[in-house]
Amino acid sequence: MNADQLNAVFGALADPTRRAILARLTAGDANVAQLTAPFSVSQPAISRHLKVLEQAGLVSRTRQATARLSHLEADPLRDATEWLARYREYWDESYERLDALLAALQDDGTGVADEPDTKGDHVGQDRSHG
Amino acid sequence: MAKIEVTAEPGVPFIDTARQFDAPRDLLFRAFTDPELLVQWLGPRKYTMKIDRYDVRDGGSWRYLHQGADGNEFGFHGVFHGTPSPEGMVQTFEFEGVPGHVSLDAIVFEERDGRTVVRSHSVYQSVEDRDAMVQSGMAEGMDEGYDRLEELIARLAPVHS
Repeated sequence: MNADQLNAVFGALADPTRRAILARLTAGDANVAQLTAPFSVSQPAISRHLKVLEQAGLVSRTRQATARLSHLEADPLRDATEWLARYREYWDESYERLDALLAALQDDGTGVADEPDTKGDHVGQDRSHG
Repeated sequence: MAKIEVTAEPGVPFIDTARQFDAPRDLLFRAFTDPELLVQWLGPRKYTMKIDRYDVRDGGSWRYLHQGADGNEFGFHGVFHGTPSPEGMVQTFEFEGVPGHVSLDAIVFEERDGRTVVRSHSVYQSVEDRDAMVQSGMAEGMDEGYDRLEELIARLAPVHS
């Protein structure tokens, strides 16, 4: 996914109505009337939102008899969140390791003298690595 | 705040994080600046961290490597700006896999009642740079638990107005 596509996805996700439309589509395909029902906005407004979602690759539309059904396309969402999820994982795992290190340092007494009052928390915690 | 909070708004080239630790900030500062401590926590467990240099002073430079089990190494380097202190530190950051793309990272340590919140604010050269740097710098060796889409969808709470 290139930067333009990523921007299109984030731009599409920036609007609460469009996020709600995507959330609705996770329950299954829907036509524009069904998608409009929960909102106090007009059907043409919802159609414009669908167009933005379609251009971002988040929704595809198929014609079935007279109804035009919208379908959630999940892949761009996965790509758009992947980079940030990795960042979060990196720091999440690092900071969990740091928790263990800080606890060990404070046990050693090589850390800081004043021990915070932890009664009420788990006493006799086992500090397994991992 | 047992879990890290990560904020990356669309359209602005920043990433902000916040995480609380059950330790005073002097200790956090040591963990962030003492090379012997740093190698014990920075990065995923599956990597061995090697510090090439870590000169904690105004204008001092740093460089470290993450080494995977397969022997692949990923280098990172930068420079400290201003004298790092238990209040905070500012440094540049560059992943050697994508040279020329540099971020500016500001870290603050906020202590309250013996606990410390570590906040980071990273500024990238552009939104595209942010997304690409994070993706390339983090891409190697990260196992994906693939429920992320579900998590995202779960956060897309319907807005009925």
